[in-house]
Amino acid sequence: MYEHDVIVVGAGGAGLRAAIAAQEEGADVAIVSKLHPVRSHTGAAEGGINAALREGDSWEDHAYDTMKGSDYLGDAPAIETLAKTSPEEVIQLEHWGMAFSREEDGRVSQRPFGGLSFPRTTYAGAETGHQLLHTMYEQLVKRGIEVYDEWHVLDLAVSDEEAPKDRTCHGVVGYDVQSGNIEGFRARDGVILATGGLGQVYDHTTNAVSNTGDGVAMAYRAGAPIEDMEFIQFHPTTLPSTGVLISEGVRGEGGILYNEAGERFMFEYGYASNDGELASRDVVSRAELNEVNAGRGIEDEYVHLDMRHLGEERIIDRLENILHLAADFEGVDALEEPMPVKPGQHYAMGGIETDENGETCISGLYAAGECACASVHGSNRLGGNALPELIVFGARAGYHAAGRDLGEAEVTTGKRGDWEPGEVETPVEPGAVEPDVEADASDAVADGGSGLDSEEFVERATERATEHVESLLANDEGRNHAEIRAEVQQSMTEQVNVFREEDALKQALRDIREAREAYQDVGVADQSRTFNTDLLQTIETRNIIDLAEAITLGALVREEFRGAHWRQEYQERDDENWLKHTLLSWNDGSPELWFKPVILEGEEKRYEPKIRSY
Amino acid sequence: MSTQVSDQTDDESSASEAETAPAAQQRRMEKKRQRAAEAAEKRQADEAEAALADEETYHLKVFRYDPEIEGKKEPRFDDFHVPYHKGMTVLDALMYARDTYDSSLTFRHSCRQAICGSDAMFVNGSQRLCCKTQLSDLEEPVRVEPLPHAEVVKDLVVDLEHFYDQMEAVEPYFQTNDLPEGELEEQRQSRENREKVKMSTRCIWCGACMSSCNIAAGDNEYLGPAAINKAYRFTMDEREGEDMKQQRLEILEQEHGVWRCQTQFSCTTVCPKDIPLTEHIQELKREAVKSNLKFW
Repeated sequence: MYEHDVIVVGAGGAGLRAAIAAQEEGADVAIVSKLHPVRSHTGAAEGGINAALREGDSWEDHAYDTMKGSDYLGDAPAIETLAKTSPEEVIQLEHWGMAFSREEDGRVSQRPFGGLSFPRTTYAGAETGHQLLHTMYEQLVKRGIEVYDEWHVLDLAVSDEEAPKDRTCHGVVGYDVQSGNIEGFRARDGVILATGGLGQVYDHTTNAVSNTGDGVAMAYRAGAPIEDMEFIQFHPTTLPSTGVLISEGVRGEGGILYNEAGERFMFEYGYASNDGELASRDVVSRAELNEVNAGRGIEDEYVHLDMRHLGEERIIDRLENILHLAADFEGVDALEEPMPVKPGQHYAMGGIETDENGETCISGLYAAGECACASVHGSNRLGGNALPELIVFGARAGYHAAGRDLGEAEVTTGKRGDWEPGEVETPVEPGAVEPDVEADASDAVADGGSGLDSEEFVERATERATEHVESLLANDEGRNHAEIRAEVQQSMTEQVNVFREEDALKQALRDIREAREAYQDVGVADQSRTFNTDLLQTIETRNIIDLAEAITLGALVREEFRGAHWRQEYQERDDENWLKHTLLSWNDGSPELWFKPVILEGEEKRYEPKIRSY
Repeated sequence: MSTQVSDQTDDESSASEAETAPAAQQRRMEKKRQRAAEAAEKRQADEAEAALADEETYHLKVFRYDPEIEGKKEPRFDDFHVPYHKGMTVLDALMYARDTYDSSLTFRHSCRQAICGSDAMFVNGSQRLCCKTQLSDLEEPVRVEPLPHAEVVKDLVVDLEHFYDQMEAVEPYFQTNDLPEGELEEQRQSRENREKVKMSTRCIWCGACMSSCNIAAGDNEYLGPAAINKAYRFTMDEREGEDMKQQRLEILEQEHGVWRCQTQFSCTTVCPKDIPLTEHIQELKREAVKSNLKFW
């Protein structure tokens, strides 16, 4: 068994920032990650980091834009924390040497992004995430922070009290990818989940193949509620063949969208008469699909994004990476012709419910970054707000886990005073196929643990995970995970996409149920203990199934149109009934649905919901 | 119970509730056998179909090795015939082969957009990122092997520890004594200076350059092109200041540093991010000479 004060799971932007913060606070911290840190998906972020750095801008404006962008489903204390803290965090990155793009006077450059009232998106060409990831990894090396790389975390070691808020997380169970060894990791002070996105729930996504939502699924099964899962962001400009992202920076710099007839449809058809291409991402994604559905798409699939008029010099200076992506993955020379683009899954606004200190309702369990829902993005994330979230909440989780007093959080977690139960009609039973059996095999909560000490909890979790792996390996002629995964991904893309309607959502639940039943027979053909990716993908597939179901349940229950969540049957935002967060708790294999109100009270003001117009 | 089940359309799931555990077990075993048979049939059919329709498939010869599994301990090449679609990359083909024909086929990959650097392999005799290599640019059969000059862990996966150690041997982090006053003030950097270091910051640690370098192959202590490029990134950054530059040049001038480079340009040739590695190494040699000549 390994032991550290703080264990960070995942080594993307949030994980690295959390580890640096915990160490600054004096903790003995280690990172456990299924990828080497420089391979993390934060490296693929292109556009930039929002921070109010300049005269004429203010954190209050950043907070307001974010609340409006969220379609009033963000929690004000978290949003204000984001807006207030991101300037110092961005400057901190500069002080760590990050290669930001520069203005003539040598200061860092900023550019306009969708939904922002000020050009506050700080950037490094169209490779901001790459520069950020490497800059933070350099700091990790400098500080000598321990990294267990290519260790896949299989499970959390959480005690088994009845109510999740009485439970404690004592550590994690890791699987050494290279050797196949399974080891417990005890965390004296806390575990921080920073496992990133879950884009692999869909088959057309900008997310890496590794983005299987492991942290969200693990926390969910350990009893931590997951929040606002129905809000999946579809990015309007992804390459049709692969899902590779074309940064919003292209539109920020003045890129134009055209339909097949060469019409600038954002204006021509009135989708966003004020902001055109720079309307918020949900608005542009729907506009593109409407064009395609109306027969004005190209090859009935995509639209054109044109940046030729920006000129070679400006493109090379600010968007060079886009030229490479268009050429390598679509065979298009974007200096000479427009790029084909269509909406693709990009970001999960929802995730593990946390407060503004990154804490979940389970004692000692934290989450930060895309896997978490501190509730800063609400129902739609603004471009350029994911990277500040990583560093702001990564840092806070790190400091807090290591013992720094950040003051009491205003966002509440777990079932506190103001929760209300929810109900939804489903065509098939959601949750585990055989709840009792599964609780032993793969749920995180320890069994009969009331008399155990911390180390024993980790040992028990390690034994349980070992048994689980053995049973998967024993079934070497079972169903192949790849097939099951593909079925879920296709169903989600067909039924739970940009446009949603009741029958399709119900069909998705049936498909997911079928996948779950198929998964009962899943087995691992590769019998090797050395670098067994067959085994790991089998484990990831289970996470994909649980999260696909959570997204669909949320989408089915939310009978309104808000942000990224568009419902055929409900074409209005319904503030009277739906100014609240959707939560799901996994109770011994059975998903329980409940709600809690949105917090619109900020530090000095109350954010009044207004119609979003762009 | 917060969820309600409406119209039960799936009679299998309602049956399962009434069944006893052994019956359910039996049913699962039955299903499993049936599926295994179906899958085997499908695999054979797919292979046969792919092999028949020759103009629509690509022939891959893929290196295989697993130290643990009897029958795979001897390195060998496996043939895969993968149905081709326009735009298909080597990575797409490997994933198809793995997901359809042999789930034990092992390789690293993640972002599939040339930024995570994890799928560098030796394809038709050259180090390349599989995700940005179009099959249509390659001659058949496409030979896919692990990166040369590194220990093979399994199939196409190599041990990168040595590569990481070299990357971390050059103090690969920004060091400056010149931070501006005031919390929210950044250090100024000229556009020209950012432009100068820009290419060097694009390294994604894929290891292709190190694998292609003859000198690194013969001298295990040679820092290698990637690590030297990492040092270049900081040495040339004006924000670090002169003292730090001297310190960095000392690291680079050591016996297994820049002077080992024999300007064969193989690193530059294979770099998937077009970093002018050889030029950067030569520039550092010049800086080192200049700094040594300074007091003469």
